[in-house]
Amino acid sequence: MNKCIAGSSGILYPYGTRHNPEMIRDLSLRAQEYRAQVLRMVYERKSGHIGGAFSIAEILTALYFHHLRLDAENPNWEDRDRLVFSKGHACAMLYTVLAHRGYFPVEELSTFRALNTRLQGHPEPAKTPGVEVAAGPLGHGVAIGAGMALAARLSGSRRNIYVVLGDGELNSGVIWEGLMLGAKFGLDNLKVIVDYNGVQQTGSTRDVMPTEPIADKWVAFNWHVIEIHGHNMAEILDALDRADEIHGRPVVIIARTSKGKGVSFMEDASQWHGGIPSKEQFEIALTELQDGAKQWQA
Amino acid sequence: MASLIRSPFGQPILMRKAYGDALVELGHARKDVVVLSADVSSSDFSSMFEERFPDRFFNVGIAEPALVDAAVGLANGGFVPIANTFAFLFATRALEMVRTHLCYGKSNVKLAGAYAGLSDSFDGPTHHSITDLAIFRSLPGITIVVPADPLAVAKLLPQVAAWQGPVFFRLCRNEVPQIFTDDYQPEIGKGITLVDGDDATIIACGVLVAQSLQAAEKLRREGIQARVVELHTIKPFDGDLVTRCAQETGAIVTAEEHSIIGGLGGAVAECLASAHPAPLERVGLADTFAECGPYADLLEKYGMSVEAIADAVRRVLKRKASILVY
Repeated sequence: MNKCIAGSSGILYPYGTRHNPEMIRDLSLRAQEYRAQVLRMVYERKSGHIGGAFSIAEILTALYFHHLRLDAENPNWEDRDRLVFSKGHACAMLYTVLAHRGYFPVEELSTFRALNTRLQGHPEPAKTPGVEVAAGPLGHGVAIGAGMALAARLSGSRRNIYVVLGDGELNSGVIWEGLMLGAKFGLDNLKVIVDYNGVQQTGSTRDVMPTEPIADKWVAFNWHVIEIHGHNMAEILDALDRADEIHGRPVVIIARTSKGKGVSFMEDASQWHGGIPSKEQFEIALTELQDGAKQWQA
Repeated sequence: MASLIRSPFGQPILMRKAYGDALVELGHARKDVVVLSADVSSSDFSSMFEERFPDRFFNVGIAEPALVDAAVGLANGGFVPIANTFAFLFATRALEMVRTHLCYGKSNVKLAGAYAGLSDSFDGPTHHSITDLAIFRSLPGITIVVPADPLAVAKLLPQVAAWQGPVFFRLCRNEVPQIFTDDYQPEIGKGITLVDGDDATIIACGVLVAQSLQAAEKLRREGIQARVVELHTIKPFDGDLVTRCAQETGAIVTAEEHSIIGGLGGAVAECLASAHPAPLERVGLADTFAECGPYADLLEKYGMSVEAIADAVRRVLKRKASILVY
């Protein structure tokens, strides 16, 4: 396991581990450290998506360091849980979490978006260990996840399928095709997490394409809905457990988050969907992230 | 070599019935094959698989993007999904899914494109599929297979399922003559010389293979020896065979139930331009939508009849002769 940069342990809390305060503190700290890593990757390449990567930090950390049943040494273990990272533009965070989880060296993160890298601008499964499907064009996650869930059921496997969506991609019609598919087949091994940060490329989701009342929509499509605060590690861990207790219906966890979470001038601002910080902005952002990490340091 | 072709052709059989039969046979042979449909299974006869293997059949509703995406998920779980809908819908509405996940993402999904060409004739141009070969041929990593008769469907479908990577299997809706004998042994990626001849080569795929054989027969009575080559695989393209035909016969005609832009004719033109330039005439739709009507009448009106192919050979021979004189 890789040692982390600001004092978190890097340990894995296997599925079923009781959620104690130390685990919650440690995972929260790690998510904050990963934000700093993503900031460096995007700043150094002058390319990438910070806002949506920051909003998903706690959720991916909870999944990869606790809830998912995976084997980084054997990425193609056929009975592994699947994670479909549908909001592919935020892959700097996915790569960071995968590297720290042991799928490839942490040092490789510096090659993000460079020529000849395994860490492509958007995820490419054949190149990056731990990436299940291509992503970038938005909206694919639920229907692909439904297919994966059908495959698990046909195989008699108890593995679960997790899909991470952005809220902007709820604009896409194929998302709703996927919702109907999951409900039709009663895919209770399918769990969708919406990183509902409220901001997309050109503005707030409220202005670009209103999606509220979002919980009611999923309910109307016959899904079980759980709503949480998406930066609260304890709530995330509890919601993932609760999702495993639902039978006969697929589950969506609507996680209320902030785009650009952790850096004051990036939070909830659409320009940080794909904005690149100046040197000065980079230094301020790094300082803010380091200050923010202090509350979680032992 | 002549033993590959029935003389006369056998009684016409619905190609979609042949597909349904082949699908059921495949379902018995391979437990990892699953079938998905966008609610047209009673049209394309994938319903035959559903009746026999209901647990391995999924109707996703009228939702072609989700059809392809769900197949991607099943492939990730180790199954071999065969997704079914009309050919034009794969090539247009679900194209982004095909490009991103099947081609870029290397998902092992098979697309059975029903009602291809003009074969859904009475439904009209909204349902015709005349640009699918051009669209799919431009995508890196896809394989495109076009069977020419019911036996070809039966012999090629298991190869499609066994092929590593995405495949578009292009199918006719209607009754087509049985043209091949049991000696026909197609292999994905390799063209087949069906009839020998040295004056010109007709390179055909799909339903127009039968017309090309008839055209060659007609030309033979005029003293023209036309070679007939079947390219059932449009991609990967058998460039060696096409080049050899250009070298040996010096004149090429392509015949396909598709626009003359970008399909078989386009592939052959690219090959000739690079490897061995030779006069080329392309038989197909001349960059236009067709209309509704009886299938045979449409093929005739839009330039894909036996006579149209024979005319194209006569034209190409004139061009070949003028080059020799030059």
